Amino acid sequence: MLLRLLREHLRPYSRPLMLVVLLQFLGTMASLYLPSLNAEIIDRGIALGDTGYIMSTGGWMLLVTLVQIICSIAAVYVGAHTAMGFGRDVRGALFHRVGEFSAREVNQFGAPSLITRGTNDVQQVQMLVLLSCTMLVTAPIMCFGGVVMALQEDVQLSWLMVVCVPVLVIGIGAVIVRMVPGFRSMQTRIDEVNRILREQITGIRVVRAFVREPEETARFDTANAELTDVATRVGRLMALIFPIVMLVLNVSSVAVLWFGAARIDAGQMQIGALTAFLSYLIQILMAVMMATFMVIMIPRAAVCAERIAEVLDTESSVAPPARPVVPREATGALELRRAGFAYPGAAEPVLHDVTVTAAPGTTTAIVGSTGAGKTTLLGLVPRLFDATSGAVLVDGVDVRELDPEYLWSRVGIVPQKPYLFSGTVASNLRYGNPDATDAQLWAALEVAQAADFVRAMPEGLDAPVAQGGTNVSGGQRQRLAIARVLVRAPQIYLFDDSFSALDLATDARLRAALRPVTATATVLVVAQRVASIRDADQIVVLDDGAVVGIGTHDELLGTCPTYGEIVASQFSAEEVA
Amino acid sequence: MTTPSTAPQEQRSDDTGRAAREMRVARRGGPPWAGGAGMPVEKSMDFGPSARRLVGRLAPERLGVVTVITLGIISVALSVIGPWILGRATDVIFAGVIGRQLPAGTSTEEAAAAARQAGNETFANVIEGSDVVPGVGIDFDLLGGVLLAVVAIYVAASLFGWLQGYLLNGIVQRTIFRLRRDVEDKLNRLPLRYFDRQQRGEVLSRVTNDIDNISQTLQQTMSQLLISLLTVVGVLLMMVLISPLLALVALVTIPVSVLVTQQIAKRSQKQFVAQWRHTGSLNGHIEEAFTGHELVRVFGRRREVEAGFRERNERLFDASFRAQFISGIIMPSMMFIGNLNYVLVAVVGGLRVASGSMSLGDVQAFIQYSRQFTQPLTQAASMANLLQSGVASAERVFELLDADEQVPDPATPAVPATRRGRVTFEHVSFRYAPDEPLIDDLSLTAEPGQTVAIVGPTGAGKTTLVNLIMRFYELDSGRITLDDVDTATMDRATLRSGIGMVLQDTWLFGGTIRENIRYGNPAATDEQILAAARATYVDRFVRSLPEGYDTVIDDEGTGVSAGEKQLITIARAFLADPTLLILDEATSSVDTRTEVLVQRAMAALRSDRTSFVIAHRLSTIRDADLILVMESGRIVEQGTHDELLAARGAYYNLYSAQFSAAAAEVE
Repeated sequence: MLLRLLREHLRPYSRPLMLVVLLQFLGTMASLYLPSLNAEIIDRGIALGDTGYIMSTGGWMLLVTLVQIICSIAAVYVGAHTAMGFGRDVRGALFHRVGEFSAREVNQFGAPSLITRGTNDVQQVQMLVLLSCTMLVTAPIMCFGGVVMALQEDVQLSWLMVVCVPVLVIGIGAVIVRMVPGFRSMQTRIDEVNRILREQITGIRVVRAFVREPEETARFDTANAELTDVATRVGRLMALIFPIVMLVLNVSSVAVLWFGAARIDAGQMQIGALTAFLSYLIQILMAVMMATFMVIMIPRAAVCAERIAEVLDTESSVAPPARPVVPREATGALELRRAGFAYPGAAEPVLHDVTVTAAPGTTTAIVGSTGAGKTTLLGLVPRLFDATSGAVLVDGVDVRELDPEYLWSRVGIVPQKPYLFSGTVASNLRYGNPDATDAQLWAALEVAQAADFVRAMPEGLDAPVAQGGTNVSGGQRQRLAIARVLVRAPQIYLFDDSFSALDLATDARLRAALRPVTATATVLVVAQRVASIRDADQIVVLDDGAVVGIGTHDELLGTCPTYGEIVASQFSAEEVA
Repeated sequence: MTTPSTAPQEQRSDDTGRAAREMRVARRGGPPWAGGAGMPVEKSMDFGPSARRLVGRLAPERLGVVTVITLGIISVALSVIGPWILGRATDVIFAGVIGRQLPAGTSTEEAAAAARQAGNETFANVIEGSDVVPGVGIDFDLLGGVLLAVVAIYVAASLFGWLQGYLLNGIVQRTIFRLRRDVEDKLNRLPLRYFDRQQRGEVLSRVTNDIDNISQTLQQTMSQLLISLLTVVGVLLMMVLISPLLALVALVTIPVSVLVTQQIAKRSQKQFVAQWRHTGSLNGHIEEAFTGHELVRVFGRRREVEAGFRERNERLFDASFRAQFISGIIMPSMMFIGNLNYVLVAVVGGLRVASGSMSLGDVQAFIQYSRQFTQPLTQAASMANLLQSGVASAERVFELLDADEQVPDPATPAVPATRRGRVTFEHVSFRYAPDEPLIDDLSLTAEPGQTVAIVGPTGAGKTTLVNLIMRFYELDSGRITLDDVDTATMDRATLRSGIGMVLQDTWLFGGTIRENIRYGNPAATDEQILAAARATYVDRFVRSLPEGYDTVIDDEGTGVSAGEKQLITIARAFLADPTLLILDEATSSVDTRTEVLVQRAMAALRSDRTSFVIAHRLSTIRDADLILVMESGRIVEQGTHDELLAARGAYYNLYSAQFSAAAAEVE
C-alpha cells in the first residue's frame, strides 16, 4: 500500500527525485574524499615534514567541503519541495475524493476518521518521504562509496567491514524488531488515554452530575499506567541502541588499528591509509545505523498509507451520469417509485417499497417512530444516498440520470442536525445563493422567525458564527438553517425534523410564515409533533421502513392505527375528543 | 447558550493574570475558523519560563536525576578518554614505522642528527617528537596492551551509558505519567465555564496532542541532550589537555556554530509557526467540509469549498516547505563548520608534528575529538526544532494547568439533616457575560415530591436554571438551598449524588449498554440494571440487538438511534435513584409513541421525588404541581396548568399555539 501510494503520487516528482539522488551522491562523494585527503596529509605531509604540501592539501580539502555543503543544501531544498509537494498532492486527492462521496461513504468512514486521514496520516507519510530524501538516500551511497574508497586504501583489511557491518545490523536489528510491536501497542494505549480524555470532556456534565469523577480518574489512571508501562518497556529497548552502536564502532576502530598495524609493520600499508580506512569504516557504520533507524518509521507510515489508500480507492456510490438527461419542464414534481434502501450487507433494508408522489405546491409530511427511515427517505432526493431498489424521480426523470448540479439547484435541505459554517450570519445565509441581497436575507430571517435575535446581535448580519454554529442555541441554529434554505429558494424543500428545537409558539408562527413563501414549491417535512404537520396536504406514515398509511390527517385518523397511536400519544383523550 | 467570557469570582491560582490574558489573546487569534472576530494575533512564545517549568517537573525524581547525571559523566568521561589512548596506539605504530626506517643500533639523538645533516630538519623533529627505537618495528606487545585497555574502557563506557539511558527513560516516563495525571485532576477542578468558553476541540487538543508532543520531545531529547552536553565538556577538556593551541583553533568553531544555528533557527521558527497556523487553518477547513458534507453538496458549493481547500493547502505547502528547508540547512551548515574545523586541525596539527612539538597520535586523537565535538553540537542543533515545538506544547498545557479553578468545596461542608428534596431559589442572579444578565432576581420554592415544570421560549434560561441547582456555575448573587441548606456550603459530590439528571444531549461513553446504565450507580447488581432498563423501555430494544446488553456504544453509532441512546440515559438516571430529578428535554429525541411509555416510567420515577422538568411538549407537563413560565431569565408566570390557563397569560398563549387548532380540527 505504502509503495503504491508513493509510486502513484511521486510520479510527477521523478525528475526532482533523480536530482536529489544525484546531489546526495555528489555530496556524499565529496565527504568521502576528505579522509583520503587527510591520509595524504599524514603520509606525504606530516611523515615527510612537507609543510607546503600540508597547506595546499588543506586548501583542497576546504574546497571539497564547500562542494559538499552546496550539494547537501541543494538536496534539502529539492527534497523538502518534493516531500511537501507530495503531501499537498495526496491531501488534495483525498479531499477531492471525499467531495465526490455520498453520505453513505462519509458515514461509513465517519467524518472524524476522514479528517484524521486527510491530515495526520498524510503528514506521517510526507515525513517519511522527506527523511528518505535527506537521510535514507545517503545511506546506500555512503555505504557503497565508503566501501570503494576503503578498498582503494587497503584491500586486505576490507574483511573487517564484512564482519562489522552485519554485527551492527544484527545488533540494532535485534532491538528494533522487539521495538516495533511495542510501538504498535503504545499507539493503541495512547489512543485509549486520549479516548478517555475525550469522553470526559464531552461528557463533563454527566460525569459531574453523577459524581463519577473518582471513577473516571481511576479509569484514566489505569489507562495512563498501562501506557507508561509500555512506553517504559519500549524506552528501555531504545536505551540499548546507542551503547550498542558506540560499542561496535569503537571496537571496530580498535580492530582496524590492530590488524592494520600488522600490515604496516610488514610494509604493505601506509600509516595514513590506516587513518583513512578508520574514517571510512566509521562513516559506513553510521550510514548503516541511520538506515536501520529509518526502518522504525516504515511500519507506522505503512499503516497511514493504508488508511489513505482506503479512502482513495473507495468509489462514490452516487457517480454522476455519463450523459445527463434534461427534464422537459422543471416544476419540482417529485415521485418515489417503489424506492428502497439497504446498507450493504445489512439483513434488513432501511426503506422498502416506498411509493409517494408529491406535486408542486403541496406539502407532504412524513411521520413515524425513531428509526423508521424518515431521514433516509429525504436523503434519497438530493442523492445523499442512492436508492438500492426502485427509483426517485424529479420532474419525471430518475435523479441518477440528472446532472447533479442541476438536481442540487432544485433541492434545498435543512438537516436534522442543522450545521452552520464558520463565518458570519450573512455568509451562512448566502451559502446557497452568494448573490442574495441583504433585503433577501432579512426577508428569509423574518419567515424563519430569526430576524429578532439576529437584529438583537450587536453585529447583526455580520455577527460571527462559530464552526458548527456552536455559539448560537439549538433553536437559533435551526432557524438560521431554515433561513439559509429560504435564501436559496429551491423548488423542492426538505425539512428534516427542523422545528424540533423550537418552542411551540415559534414553531406555529414559523409554519404560518412559511406557507406563502413555499406556495409553488414541493415541500417534504419530517416531524415528530402532530401539530406541526396536521395541515399537510398528505401525511406519509412510515413504520420500519415501509409506508403504512398515506392521506390527510382526518383520513389517517380513521384508517391508520399507527397514526392513531402517534396522535394519541401527543393529545390526551379530552383534547382529541 | 451564549458564549460566556471571563469569570470574575472564580478562585485565581498564582500567575493567572498572565495566563488569563494569554488565553483571551489565544482565543481571539487562536482558532483559525474564528472568522471575522478580531485580528489574528501572532502569539509570541515564552520559551524560557516554560522550558524551565518543564524541567522543574523532574523535581520529584531528584535522586534519579543525580544518579543519571553521574552515570552520564562516567560514561562520557570513559568514552572521551578512549580516543586519547587510541592515539597512543597510533604513536606506537608510527614509532615502529619510523624506527624501521632508521639503522639499527643507533640512538634516537643520533638518528635525528643524521636527518638534520641530510638537510631534513622536519623529519629530525618528527623523530625527536616520537618514541622511536631505531631499527625496531612496531612493538606489538605494547600495542596489544594499549588496545586491550581501550576495549575495556569502551565496554565500560557503553555499559554505563546503557544504565544511564535505562534510568533516564524511567524518569521521563514517570514524569509524563504525572503530567497526564495532573491534567486529569485539573480537568476535574475546572469550572464548567472553562469548557463553555474554550472550543471543545481546543481543550481536547491540549490534553491529547500537546501532551503526546511533550512526551515525545522529552523522550527524544532528554537523553541525547544530556550526553551531548557532557560530551562537549569532556571533549573540550581533553582537547585542552592535549594541545591548548589546537583547542583554541577548535573553539573558534563554537561561537560560529551557535551563531549560525541561532540565525537559521530564528528564521525557521517563524516558518514553523506559520506551518502550524496553516495546518490549523487547513484542518479547520477540512473538518468543516467533511462535517457539513451533505450541505456542501446539496447547496452546490463543492467548487468553492475545493477552491478554499486548494488555497489553504498551497499556503501550508509553502510554509512547510520553507520550514523544512530552512531548518534543513542547519545540518549541512554544521557539517561544514565541522569539516572546516577538521581541516584547520589537520593543517595546524600537521605543522606541529612537523616541528616536533606534538605526536602524530595526539593529532589523530585531536581530529577524533574535534569530530566528537561538532557532532553533539550538530545534534543539539537538530533537536532545536523538536525542543521548540515541545516547549510550545508545554506552554499550552501549563496554561490549562494554570487556568482558574472552581471554588473549592468548603472544608467543613454542610449536610442537610434530612434528604427530602426541598429546593428554594432566593433572589438568584446569574450571568455568563458581565453585561448580559441571564437569570435575574429569581425566587421559587419546590416542595418535596413536587414536579416543577419549566417552560418558555428558547434562550429564556431554562437550562441555566437547572444547571444552577447542580452548581455547575456559581451564582452572582442570591442563594439556592436544598433541604434548607445553602448549596454553596455543601460539598459538590454530596449535592450532586442526590440529584439525577437527564440532559438534552445524550452522552454515553464508549462501553457496553450495561456499563452505561451502571454509570448511574456503580454498585448496582445486574438485576437492578435489568429492572431499570425494563422500567425505562430500554429492555425492549436491547433485546432486538444481537449483542443485547453487551452491545458496545461508540461514536460511529452502532445501530442504536439517538432516541434509544436517550432512553439509556434515562435508565441511567433511574438506576441512580436520586431524591431530586432534573429532566432537561429528556425526551426530545424520542418519538412520541415511545415517549408515552417513557412518560409512564418517569411518572413512577417522579412519584416520591422532587423533579424539575424542562419540556417543549406541553402535553408532558400538564400534571406538574408547579409550572414556571420563563422569559429572558425571569419567571413571568407560575402556577398549575389550570390556574395558568385560567389566567390567560403567556402560558395560555403557548398552550393554545399547540393545542387549540389541533383540538378544533380533531373534533
